[in-house]
Amino acid sequence: MRPNIYYSKRVGILGSGLTLFRSKMLETPQELAFIAARRALDEAGLELKDIDCVVIGSAPDAFDGVHMKGEYLAHGSGGIRKMVSRVYVGGATGVMVPISGWYHVASGLCEKVLVVAEEKMSGDLPHPQAIFRYIWDPITEKPLNPNLIWIFAMEMHRYMKKYGIKKEDIALVSVKNKRNAINNPYAQLPGQITVDDVMNSEVLVWPVQRLDISPTSDGAAAMVLASEDVTRRYTDTPVWIEGVGWTLDNTSWPGRDLFYPRYLENAAKMAYRMAGIERPNKEIDVVEPYDPFDYKELHHLEGLQIAGRGQAPFLLKEGFFDLDGDIPSSPSGGLLGVGNPIAAAGLMKTISIYWQLKGIAGKMQVKRPVKTGVAQAWGDLMQASTVIVMRN
Amino acid sequence: MEIHEEKRLEHPLSKEELDKRPKIEYKPYAKYSYSAGQAITKFLEGLKEGKIYGRKCRKCGRVYVPPRMYCEDCFRPTDEWIEVKDEGIVMTAVASFISWTRERLESPEIVGVIRLFPSSDRDFVYPALFHRICCSYEEVKDMSIMGRKVKAIWKSKEKREGSINDIDCFKVI
Repeated sequence: MRPNIYYSKRVGILGSGLTLFRSKMLETPQELAFIAARRALDEAGLELKDIDCVVIGSAPDAFDGVHMKGEYLAHGSGGIRKMVSRVYVGGATGVMVPISGWYHVASGLCEKVLVVAEEKMSGDLPHPQAIFRYIWDPITEKPLNPNLIWIFAMEMHRYMKKYGIKKEDIALVSVKNKRNAINNPYAQLPGQITVDDVMNSEVLVWPVQRLDISPTSDGAAAMVLASEDVTRRYTDTPVWIEGVGWTLDNTSWPGRDLFYPRYLENAAKMAYRMAGIERPNKEIDVVEPYDPFDYKELHHLEGLQIAGRGQAPFLLKEGFFDLDGDIPSSPSGGLLGVGNPIAAAGLMKTISIYWQLKGIAGKMQVKRPVKTGVAQAWGDLMQASTVIVMRN
Repeated sequence: MEIHEEKRLEHPLSKEELDKRPKIEYKPYAKYSYSAGQAITKFLEGLKEGKIYGRKCRKCGRVYVPPRMYCEDCFRPTDEWIEVKDEGIVMTAVASFISWTRERLESPEIVGVIRLFPSSDRDFVYPALFHRICCSYEEVKDMSIMGRKVKAIWKSKEKREGSINDIDCFKVI
């Protein structure tokens, strides 16, 4: 698809806010949304009356245990008596929220948009796993009693088999991201772990083990987006959203070869074309690929055209994606280190790139100077991908 | 509202503390009569006879298993029923030590994706089923089961009821 690059307004970022990412937070989902949204407004130097529209993102209603979660979260998200919409594309929601905020501004409809993403997963008992039962095809898949990790394990094993990748090489992602998360004050699971720790952790669905997976978390994230003239009025160091892309593949995941995410390639190319990026591996300085599982980061780096097919594990091993590497990947610590409140996690990744480009990432700041950053999320039955390109 | 985050470096509630709190227990009464539709109805009737039916789009040649009445690429109705083989190649296989509610399983359940014939290893999309695979954990762990040719092990005719479970599993032949 050829996106219309002659959109009306350029879109900048004015502020961001996060709650801690933790299991069993005491706050309600609405209070979490409020904390993140208030912090984003404070950072932007705005009040709610300045905001024209609100975009809310949240994954399946069943996680928080209430229906119509967009409407439910509206007052905590500053949406009362405003234009509010909720977007949902599974795990890819987190980056779809700022994309949706972007087109609210880019189209000229709104000047200032508050985008909020929230998830509270740890309240599901005995485990959020059972909630995922309803994503499977009710007739051809559900009778086999699948759990969600099966599908990831299947994709991971296919990826490993296709390129002859060892599990130890994939485990390095978990090691890197949990190490990066030590610098992140919001992180749930930071730590110095080794490849052996990953390999010795509980086997859930071989080849997926306990430390290959991000935790279940509660948390919220928010951002304020604004048109170019407003952005320039409020900041001397603007960060711009320069490209967006998103695509959905079919639900027939068994009938597609899982070694390569073609839907992500489409989404990335759409975003790169809009941002004028021709050689992603040369022009992108920092990246936050979606990493609910360790292999997923590698899979996505390939889909994002930053690593060649099957090459990401080798580049990782050489330190290419480390904080002081050529293209630092998941400097925030990613979902593996910071936590995975689904929609909030994707927005956290977008915020991480914003911090990097703004130069306010503190101890997370990567060593090389950065000009262009990319955040990406992914979700559903190996289906959805959302990509956002930002520049300072 | 006060924000007490600074004090909270660990999880706000431990599992033990949570267990002591009252919980709202409610089992949603959510039963569905899912519509199988034309395509899946024929597919399920086929399983009862020990056959796997697909739908073919004559314009692009794509074969849909499980079948679909329309082609998502050409966006037109699919044209004909074809019977695919109950044999294929294991594309991926995994060994699950947890149930769908995340309870621990003693012996692993082995499942995977089987690319059904006719298809070729150059295809990116193909007719395929997600199903159980009858093999050992070792064969999954060393990846040797992947790429092997397998065949459906059907339930005996009188036990089949027109369900995906009419196939017990796929097994190496």
